[in-house]
Amino acid sequence: MAVGQEVRTKISSIKNTQKITRAMEMVAASKMRKTQERMQSSRPYSDKMWQIIQHLSHANPAYRHPFMVHKNVESIGVLVITSDRGLCGGLNSNLFRKLLKQIRGWEEQGKKVKLGIIGRKGVAYFANIGGESIAQVTQIGDQPGLTDIVGVIQVMLDAYTDDGVQQIHLAYNDFINTMVQEPTIKQLLPIDSTDANAELEHHWDYIYEPDPEQVLDNLLIRYAESIIYQSVLENNASEQAARMVAMKSASDNAGKLIDELQLVYNKARQAAITQEIAEIVAGAAAVQ
Amino acid sequence: MAATMKVDIVSAEESLYSGEAEMLFAPATLGEIGIAPRHTPLITSLVAGELRIKHLEGPDESMFITGGILEVQPHLVTVLSDVAKREKDLDENAAQQAKERAAQAMQDTSDKINYAKAQAEFMTAIAELRTIEKLKSRKSK
Repeated sequence: MAVGQEVRTKISSIKNTQKITRAMEMVAASKMRKTQERMQSSRPYSDKMWQIIQHLSHANPAYRHPFMVHKNVESIGVLVITSDRGLCGGLNSNLFRKLLKQIRGWEEQGKKVKLGIIGRKGVAYFANIGGESIAQVTQIGDQPGLTDIVGVIQVMLDAYTDDGVQQIHLAYNDFINTMVQEPTIKQLLPIDSTDANAELEHHWDYIYEPDPEQVLDNLLIRYAESIIYQSVLENNASEQAARMVAMKSASDNAGKLIDELQLVYNKARQAAITQEIAEIVAGAAAVQ
Repeated sequence: MAATMKVDIVSAEESLYSGEAEMLFAPATLGEIGIAPRHTPLITSLVAGELRIKHLEGPDESMFITGGILEVQPHLVTVLSDVAKREKDLDENAAQQAKERAAQAMQDTSDKINYAKAQAEFMTAIAELRTIEKLKSRKSK
């Protein structure tokens, strides 16, 4: 007797899906721990770098490095950092939504936007909606090294130096904690000194050794690289955390669905048995 | 009481030191420099060598860095180093081996880029050995 055959097939298929999502959840959890460690270990460096650059932007240097000069903005370069793989909840789409809004705003002001994209999701998205991309890199893996992304960084910085773009922004997911990842867009170049500190607002300059050009060239390239690299690590940790949470809720939902279907199945089975008994009793009664 | 300043030392991998110090000695490109509190703002690049923190009390603290950047604000000194090792993590044998490896790589002059890299490694290894020597002699005094 095949009572509720369809329901039973459905239950077993959902159980299989649940197994997969649960496995992915566990993989993401262990990867998250690693990516988080990497992110946290390099955070002090980029934080301090950011701090030095902030100090520097308040100084009145005799030599002004191109990275520090604010020009009339015609084109804006945006370095978008996304994940390679999907199934990580709304991580990428949240970032795209925020970025798109920002890009519209820029375009209304008549500024052109050029994109540098890290990650397959970003490449696919902007190939779909259109957008001028000047550099792309995908498949940087779970443990990206600086060498994996240095090409893209170079293209963006070259575009800036050659006056192809007059500003560079970074778009990525900032890792706040496991549950919260914040889509973030921040200006990388030129160095922004908007959050002016009144205390530092008098005329002073550093002493440079050996000379300003060498020191600043060295410093600012490192600045760009370390901030971008840190953003990649943040995005990576965000991806794993988002995937873990998404897969956990998928497993939970599958569990709920299985419970509901099991109830439907049991009811159908019970009804079939009751009906059968009723039929037998009715048959017996008719014979008598 | 002597004045102190805040010193932050970070490498690409971790934060090595954060706290007060009376003075800081660092291997700048143009030679070793000492930074005392209220030093005028300064930015300099660093080469491989010893970084020494002088505490108000107790013995000095040393570490080895392979290069980086030093920023000085009157009450705040920040060192961004590429790679840094604490005194206890320094290994003379490993440094010696690295030096020999680099010296060997320099013999192989078939590739220009490799040569430059090997030379840089060689200089770093020598600086590390010198740091170890210095620390040893200071201790034996």
